[in-house]
Amino acid sequence: MQRIGVFVCWCGSNIAATVDVAKVVESVKGEPGVCFAQDYQYMCSEAGQQLIINAIHEHKLTGIVVCSCSPRMHEATFRKTAEKAGINPYMVEIANIREHCSWIHKDKDEATEKAVILARAAIAKVNLNAPLQPGESAVTKRALIIGGGIAGIQSALDIADAGYKVDIVERSATIGGKMAQLDKTFPTLDCAACILTPKMVEAAQHPNITLYTYSEVESVKGFVGNFDVKIKKKARFVDENKCTGCAVCTTKCPSRKGGNEFNCNLDNRGAVYIPFAQAVPNVAVIDSTRCLHFKTGKCGLCEKVCSAGAIKFDQQDEIIEEKYGAIVVATGFQISDVTKFDEFQYTKHPDVITSLELERIMNAAGPTKGTLLRMSNKEHPKDIVFVQCVGSRDNTARGKCYCSKICCMYTAKHAMLIREKYPDVNVHVFYIDVRTPGKNFDEFYRRAVEQYNVDYIKGMVGKVYENENGRLTVQAVDLLADRRIMLETDMVVLAAAIEPSSGVKDIASMLTASIDTNNFLTEAHPKLRPVESPTAGVFLSGVCQGPKDIPETVSQAGAAAVKVVGLLAKDKLVTNPCTATPNELMCNGCSSCERVCPYGAIDYVEKEVNDHGKREVRRLARVNSALCQGCGACTVACPSGAMDLKGFSNRQIMAEVDAICK
Amino acid sequence: MQKVRGLVIKRAGELLSDGTVTRVLGYKCGDFFYDVTPAFFESADQLSDLEYGSFCGANLSKYLINACKDQKEGKILVLLKPCDTYSFNQLLTEHRIDRDKIYVIGVGCKGMLDIEKLKAMGFKGITKVLDNGDELDIKTIYGDKKCKRADALLEKCVCCKGKDFKAFDEVIDVEEPGEKGADRFEGVALLENMTSEERFAFWNNELSKCIRCNACRNVCPACSCMKCVFDNPVSGAAGKVNSNSFEEKMFHIIRAFHVAGRCTDCGECSRVCPQGIPLHLLNRKFIKDIDELYGDYQAGEEVGSRAPLVNFTFDDAEPSIVHERGNE
Repeated sequence: MQRIGVFVCWCGSNIAATVDVAKVVESVKGEPGVCFAQDYQYMCSEAGQQLIINAIHEHKLTGIVVCSCSPRMHEATFRKTAEKAGINPYMVEIANIREHCSWIHKDKDEATEKAVILARAAIAKVNLNAPLQPGESAVTKRALIIGGGIAGIQSALDIADAGYKVDIVERSATIGGKMAQLDKTFPTLDCAACILTPKMVEAAQHPNITLYTYSEVESVKGFVGNFDVKIKKKARFVDENKCTGCAVCTTKCPSRKGGNEFNCNLDNRGAVYIPFAQAVPNVAVIDSTRCLHFKTGKCGLCEKVCSAGAIKFDQQDEIIEEKYGAIVVATGFQISDVTKFDEFQYTKHPDVITSLELERIMNAAGPTKGTLLRMSNKEHPKDIVFVQCVGSRDNTARGKCYCSKICCMYTAKHAMLIREKYPDVNVHVFYIDVRTPGKNFDEFYRRAVEQYNVDYIKGMVGKVYENENGRLTVQAVDLLADRRIMLETDMVVLAAAIEPSSGVKDIASMLTASIDTNNFLTEAHPKLRPVESPTAGVFLSGVCQGPKDIPETVSQAGAAAVKVVGLLAKDKLVTNPCTATPNELMCNGCSSCERVCPYGAIDYVEKEVNDHGKREVRRLARVNSALCQGCGACTVACPSGAMDLKGFSNRQIMAEVDAICK
Repeated sequence: MQKVRGLVIKRAGELLSDGTVTRVLGYKCGDFFYDVTPAFFESADQLSDLEYGSFCGANLSKYLINACKDQKEGKILVLLKPCDTYSFNQLLTEHRIDRDKIYVIGVGCKGMLDIEKLKAMGFKGITKVLDNGDELDIKTIYGDKKCKRADALLEKCVCCKGKDFKAFDEVIDVEEPGEKGADRFEGVALLENMTSEERFAFWNNELSKCIRCNACRNVCPACSCMKCVFDNPVSGAAGKVNSNSFEEKMFHIIRAFHVAGRCTDCGECSRVCPQGIPLHLLNRKFIKDIDELYGDYQAGEEVGSRAPLVNFTFDDAEPSIVHERGNE
């Protein structure tokens, strides 16, 4: 029989205002095994923990139930407390009477009754708890960064500078990501390339960093400290070691009908191309879907003009297998699909563009060499209308419920840059709210309004259409003046919502990292663990976790790097002892457990068993406890109940259910 | 089916004589002609007792589990009707039987009869049932009677899975390939249309008849655990299902959950129930739900197929999605 102590926390008024803690203490005193119960204002405080330690000594307690907040919050805290007092940390159970009770109920009597029931379930479980000993596992001192944008590059540089090996996997042919496509950056208006490309080069030249561009993560197995990753290096059909980046092939390529993704398809590129002049690595790549040689078997012009002999039409995809201790997801974002907002005529009129397209038009290396032109007739515009929140803060099915965060600032930037360079152009901005929190951000926006006379109009655009003058008419409302507006303009720029990159769902599944309804990766704790995923060893960097601008992305990338370094600096990791174990005499060898295991932790052996004197060779499940994460899927799938989870045994769970239904 | 019987006896005799197999798992008559039970035959001269007629509804697959484990030399010949091959495949999928030790003869079937249905029609003292195409000639001690064959079929044959053998080494069949049976989800749909109170009353009534003889479990090919949770005092399930009259019903609910996704809908549970409880409806409800939530899936159709409920894939629907669709 256990000697159980029950400790009921008030959590200030968080629990005590809704739950009669004294009554909970009284009610649990008669429960089996309970020989001590007490409430306290803040059980997690030093004094509260000391109270537990004292009670353990005084009453010779063997099991602890803390009725407090979620175990995600303080289970580790109270386990340490128990360990300090000399009992096994796995003899502690948390009854969550805050998130599961006081915070969601209003009626004190009902909440108190529920708190008692939750406590009773935890007591029933502790009665069946057994001491568990965690094991140890080694740490592979190498990190993987998925995504080579500014977030990935910054994380990689920080980890590499700390002395650890880092590999960056980037699915496009160059690192740099979205930031490489930007012209200027707010709030300082310095050129994006000038601050990004040195970092790209630094990453490429860093002795601790390996770049796998034009590559994708194929599979991830293993666990924190010991991830086994397969990386697919897609065939570029160009020998990276021979190509000098002279770009002769790219100018000679006769297949030039397809769009240039780097310039948002506003101009075309050859089938063999270098994404942009400062690409890293500065190596050409052949797009086999467009290349005439792959389509017809003829051409081969690039091969003829390449003086380095780098063209390799027979190159194959290559699978690289590597071990990592930690993984940083830095998959970034993409512009959401604006074709769903057809009232703006984006698909129909070339002068309706997205902000990223404007970014390319303004850029000296862009399709217009940096001259602001209407894409329809290559003429200088007289008026430009910016529409904010296209798809952001939109609760309808076609939009995103969240604020994309960066649009207010980059629209102010665009407006200001245009007014600076072309003072004759009138700029109008339609907005719902202008949101400019951030250092020097509001000053920046005020400058656009006050110094550059940008016409900010509060209100949404209802419709855009081409009028008889060959210009665009924008139909909108001015909410402050309470009037309808019909505005003639030459260009309309849509500040489209940003969304997580395509493919992030696959990455999240491979890593068993969770994503929210908008496909942003979930952090372990929104306030206290913002750069860690709930999956141990997986860290988040940049917009994959939520919308953010460059300064924020860089800070988060650094924070993720620190977490990675902290992990890689350890020689051993403590493993979770709550793993599954099969009962050999009950195992049918039916493979159900193996099929539901997300971690590939189960295999089968032919083994002789002695079943009450009957010896026979049976097919038996075997759990690799190093791979097992204790999710419990196998214990549920097992028809005979042969599979059990340490710390969450079937008996313990049944006991909890019984206690609740009592 | 008399023709098939003759051919089976002849062929089984050959296979026993040439040593391809050392025993035959087939059927044998009990005290009455309709009281047919599974039986092993170990020599050609024993085969004269082998029965294959209109009352051979039993699914022989499950008997292979123990037969594969005995230390006897040689292969086991088993007679499997088309629907039985699904259970056979499912047992192979779950590694419960050894394909190398088994020789499967697929035997043709035109639907098996349910003696209980004949009795319910008022026929007493039945001495013989002759198959006469769509009609049955029923000899009784009170004279000759007739009825439609379709009216006397076992429930599982009413909803026949079709005449395709999903596993066999050879096939002995003289029947014309037939059509699939009626929609097996009609009964489930009726239950789904009830209010929850009506449905509860329905099951309360049906399951109150249960005498916990365990026949349904013992015959079920999916219930092949080394140690059944109901026989295991530490499982927590055994005591529960005995504690009071409602929790006794938990037995059937737990069992339905245990076989969900693995049940081939062979209908043996309902066939053997001495109390006539329509247990197949529980299983079919699960099958219908699985089909609707995860796409059509027939357990035992292929060896090694992964049942949706015991298969982890990266495309798995999130529980919330399943929940939402489940509410439709």
